Amino acid sequence: MVTGKSSKVGARIAATILFVFSLVWLFPIFWTLLQSLRPYGDVLKHGSVSWPQHLNLQNYWTALVQSEMWKFFINSVEVAVPAVFITLFLASMVAFVVSRYSFKFNIALLMIFTAGNLLPPQLIFIPIFRLYLNIWVPGWINENNVLYDTQLGLVLINVAVQVGFATFVLSNYLKTIPKEISESALVDGASVWQHYYRVMLPLLRPALASLGVLMTTWIYNDFFWSVVLLKTGAKRPITAALSNLQGEFFTDYNLLAAGAVLAFIPTLVVFFTLRKQFVAGLTIGSTKG
Amino acid sequence: MSTNTSTAVAETPQRRRRRGNSFTAKDRAVIGGLVGFPTALHILLVWIPAILTITLSFCEWDGIGGIADIKWVGFRNYTQIFTLYADFGPALRNNILWLLALALVATPLGVILAYFIDKELKGTKFYQTAFYLPMVLSLAVTGIVWDYIFRNNGFVNAMLGADHPGHTISWFGDPHKNIWVVLGIASWRHIGYIMLLYLAGLKSVDPSLREAAAIDGAKEFATFRKVIFPSLRPVNVIIIVVTVIESLRAFDLVYVINRGKNGLQVLAVAVYENILGESARIGWGAALATILFVLCIGPIMLYLYQTFKADK
Repeated sequence: MVTGKSSKVGARIAATILFVFSLVWLFPIFWTLLQSLRPYGDVLKHGSVSWPQHLNLQNYWTALVQSEMWKFFINSVEVAVPAVFITLFLASMVAFVVSRYSFKFNIALLMIFTAGNLLPPQLIFIPIFRLYLNIWVPGWINENNVLYDTQLGLVLINVAVQVGFATFVLSNYLKTIPKEISESALVDGASVWQHYYRVMLPLLRPALASLGVLMTTWIYNDFFWSVVLLKTGAKRPITAALSNLQGEFFTDYNLLAAGAVLAFIPTLVVFFTLRKQFVAGLTIGSTKG
Repeated sequence: MSTNTSTAVAETPQRRRRRGNSFTAKDRAVIGGLVGFPTALHILLVWIPAILTITLSFCEWDGIGGIADIKWVGFRNYTQIFTLYADFGPALRNNILWLLALALVATPLGVILAYFIDKELKGTKFYQTAFYLPMVLSLAVTGIVWDYIFRNNGFVNAMLGADHPGHTISWFGDPHKNIWVVLGIASWRHIGYIMLLYLAGLKSVDPSLREAAAIDGAKEFATFRKVIFPSLRPVNVIIIVVTVIESLRAFDLVYVINRGKNGLQVLAVAVYENILGESARIGWGAALATILFVLCIGPIMLYLYQTFKADK
């Protein structure tokens, strides 16, 4: 049969294209990994494209311990973890109300949240920057007593921006949960808070997990806000700190490669262990009919 | 969702009354808090700053003095940007190039790869992983990773035999070359993102649609163009919106490579430069940000329309 043959040839062409593309895709990451395992002296002597004479983890040790990169990982955790938890908590509350009670403002509210998430960050950063310079915080948060140059400020802006997307996704998800569950909760005389906290929140768990994985990656990878809202280099999360390390490691590119690999290892681990959740998080919002 | 609730409520008036009466004062306060607090935070830190920026774009302010020093100057910032600000032309051009490269090359490629992967050939898992990987890397890391490929003594120059001092090709330093290299890197990341979104869409296509087309004897490409593609309208809209917004937001990659100078100017960096850079002019920065916003309005409205039209 003609169609059978041509589709077999088609499948072979498709497989070849996919194979070539995926090698091209992986190469830069593989190359950086290789650089990070080579001592700088080796590269200096033989050139960066040469058969590696020595491969070891020395660069990783130097970057993590001597250059104290581990401190920046702690900064990242201090920003991403609270930001993700607060975002999911706030977004689930709004999503609960707009999807379980019919108020006139529901759609307008969802539109505000959805559109707010799509605004370019540059549009909001000028007043935010000024505002942060004028908000007082206690000395134990920032010795200069302003919100600017604090991780708290970074958490706040990440929450405010991400809550838009999270509300949109969670309210879509809640639409797929049968109304009968709410009806029976109301018949049982549950208060609004019990309805939210006892009935809906547990049902939202899979969506919260997916969204949490996705948002942790996003906030961990955030660069713009850390660059504009933090002044002190030592307070920067790892993603933004890398560009400083770039200057510091200027003479030792292999050390920088180790730094870059260390910075993306957490996201790779998350991706490989929670790939389902990661993909689900990205597509919950996008494939609703 | 609210369509569902309101019809359900309309069908059973007794239930509505009971629910309406069951709101105690405490319940009402709880609902107010559940919606009010997140909304207040979002509006305070996103929408009010956005409106303030648009207002500031019509004003002059040195940023040092108080708010009383703000002077209304009408469209002067805009006319000055168009005529006096040397980086505006290149920045706008680069953002448009960015959009064209992603829209005409990267996005179609992502769709094609998704289509191939959807055939579930051998090794599908491996291919998916390869294409998704760049997406989990931050743009800052992406810049560093590609630097090893394109630096003066990097992989590409070594392959071309151009890695000896004095004979190197400066991929990032040459203002005629660097934007193309950067667009390639941006595509590397964008293709996987589009592929992921489209693959999810393809998986949701009703198999009977394809079978019906196959029985009609439609060729594969015709089936895709006439049956599958139109049925994926919501995903298509999302892909358009993601592509436009990503290309307008471009900041991290060029900032990491050379702080967005010398051939790599983009609007987002121009905003940053006018607020925190050496040549700080708040009015110009605000006007540039507003221009960026105006360019985003179209896709945002399209997205809202697509998403909420069913609810009206």
